[in-house]
Amino acid sequence: MLAGIRTCDLRKIYNSPPPVAAGTGGFSFGAPKAKGKQPKPEIVALDGISLDIAPGEIFCLLGPNGAGKSTTVGVLTPRVRPTGGQAFIGEHDVWKAQVAVKRLIGVVAQRPNLDFSLTAREILVFHGAYFGLDSQERNKRAETLLDRFKLRDRADQMVRGFSGGMMQRLSIARAMMHDPQVLFLDEPSAGLDPQTRLLLWEIVREYNDSGKTILLTTHNMEEADALCNRLAIIDHGRVIALGTPRELKSSVPGGFLLRLRFGHHSADLLDRLKALSGVREVRATDGNGADVYADRGGSLVPEVASLASSSNVELCDVHISEPSLENLFLHHTGRSLRE
Amino acid sequence: MNWKAFLAMLARDAHVARRNFVALLFQTFLQPLMFVFIFGRVMVGSGYMPPSYKSLLLPGIMAICMVGTGIWAVAMPLIAEFQFTREIEDRLLAPMEISWLAIEKVVAGTLQALAAGLMVIPAAWLLLRPGVELNVPHPLLFAGVAVLVALFSATGGLALGCSMQQTHIGLMFSLIVAPMIFFGCTYYPWSALEKFPVLQKAVLINPLVYASEGLRGTMVPQFPHLPLLAVLVGLVFFNVLLLATGLRQFHGKAVT
Repeated sequence: MLAGIRTCDLRKIYNSPPPVAAGTGGFSFGAPKAKGKQPKPEIVALDGISLDIAPGEIFCLLGPNGAGKSTTVGVLTPRVRPTGGQAFIGEHDVWKAQVAVKRLIGVVAQRPNLDFSLTAREILVFHGAYFGLDSQERNKRAETLLDRFKLRDRADQMVRGFSGGMMQRLSIARAMMHDPQVLFLDEPSAGLDPQTRLLLWEIVREYNDSGKTILLTTHNMEEADALCNRLAIIDHGRVIALGTPRELKSSVPGGFLLRLRFGHHSADLLDRLKALSGVREVRATDGNGADVYADRGGSLVPEVASLASSSNVELCDVHISEPSLENLFLHHTGRSLRE
Repeated sequence: MNWKAFLAMLARDAHVARRNFVALLFQTFLQPLMFVFIFGRVMVGSGYMPPSYKSLLLPGIMAICMVGTGIWAVAMPLIAEFQFTREIEDRLLAPMEISWLAIEKVVAGTLQALAAGLMVIPAAWLLLRPGVELNVPHPLLFAGVAVLVALFSATGGLALGCSMQQTHIGLMFSLIVAPMIFFGCTYYPWSALEKFPVLQKAVLINPLVYASEGLRGTMVPQFPHLPLLAVLVGLVFFNVLLLATGLRQFHGKAVT
């Protein structure tokens, strides 16, 4: 049975600091109440997330730390109870049919949450047993996954001594052990070396080829770009852009971004920049800077330098970005994903 | 109810307990058996304690062993697994209502506590002999009390394990477990507190009193002990209370 993911106006407000694995959410402290000595701080992690992910899609949630990505995954994998809204896996309401939902999903948490009392092989085999696989089947699948994730050499060792990358690989293997219809990968490539990251991407694509739905979160634009069919950029618990990577990148005015920094602020200069050929949008930034969205990059620099010179403004720094999801995030939020 | 998942989790706990068997053995028996040796053997042998103290002591030691084992077996893994690493999450995500995972922990703890209780009898008997006068007139009643005591230890472990932070483990033992043992009529019968009437009533809020008095009443009924009806009512009451509290706390920890 193919299963997609749907959320309607998901909201989550924490009254205490959220757990690490659920992320920190978009911090927004509510106004103190009029009565009561010490009102609890309200942390808005999700502020109306609505998504519709088709069966068989690789969908990515892209956003900076604390945007609400892990909280969204937490709500969909019944670990974080939403304050409002609804979440569905296939036809099942996540919070009304938890057991049915848990049969359909595999989850890789942001931090490895392996059972430290077991060896790598036992972790896979017991996981299979929790999902009702018979002894022969679970041993067979464990062997296949240990090979696929290059863990055979350490299969019978306790996982406490594993490196971060090995734990991450084992977490992903465990999530695939019961062949779930929907796979959640929360920051799957964090801590992986480039070679293992490529292996992971290959495995994710392969898993998706069999019709499985995959929701992954990342703040790595390259990963989102390389893997997903569609993505949602989220910030402060809200979806700020949604579409295919190509659609989203082309939605940035011009595509290219020139980040300029001048010796001092000049409103006149900004107006003159807007008039340059190919410039689609100019935004003043903090300090004496400007973000120039244009349909060309390097060829614009001499014209910008000459304009600055004729306006008696020193051009201190120029940074050119080609069309990217980073530009898109910056365009919507005024902040870099890496900030 | 998904029995396959439930039994698989029970098998996982048994597997881990088997792997840690030697450590568990020392942890469970060393301290109580040293106490048996000093108080039952050395002090009785040197005349500071009457010979009958041997028989009086054994049920109390059995209660300590069972309660210590059950609390340790349930509370410590829960405290560790709900911490930063969230090791328990693979089982929380298994296709089973999460309350059943808590109940599975209680069943595993109960079985371990029963095993500890049954093992301490021959061990203490060997250390104390001769002179131990065990007398079990109603084996079924004894078995029933032993099961309720084991269940109390595991439900207590569930409630404590889901209420404590890792940094408070030391406090848990010094503020809760140690006073419970010393005021739990383990080393003396409840009737010995007659000269301290306030204390005698106050200790009735300690579930271990019903555990040690219950085992005393079914293993060495020749000594004074609480009426067995009171013991059964007390143990059932505390089991229900601790299970309800533990399940509530477990849900609070499992879902944020």
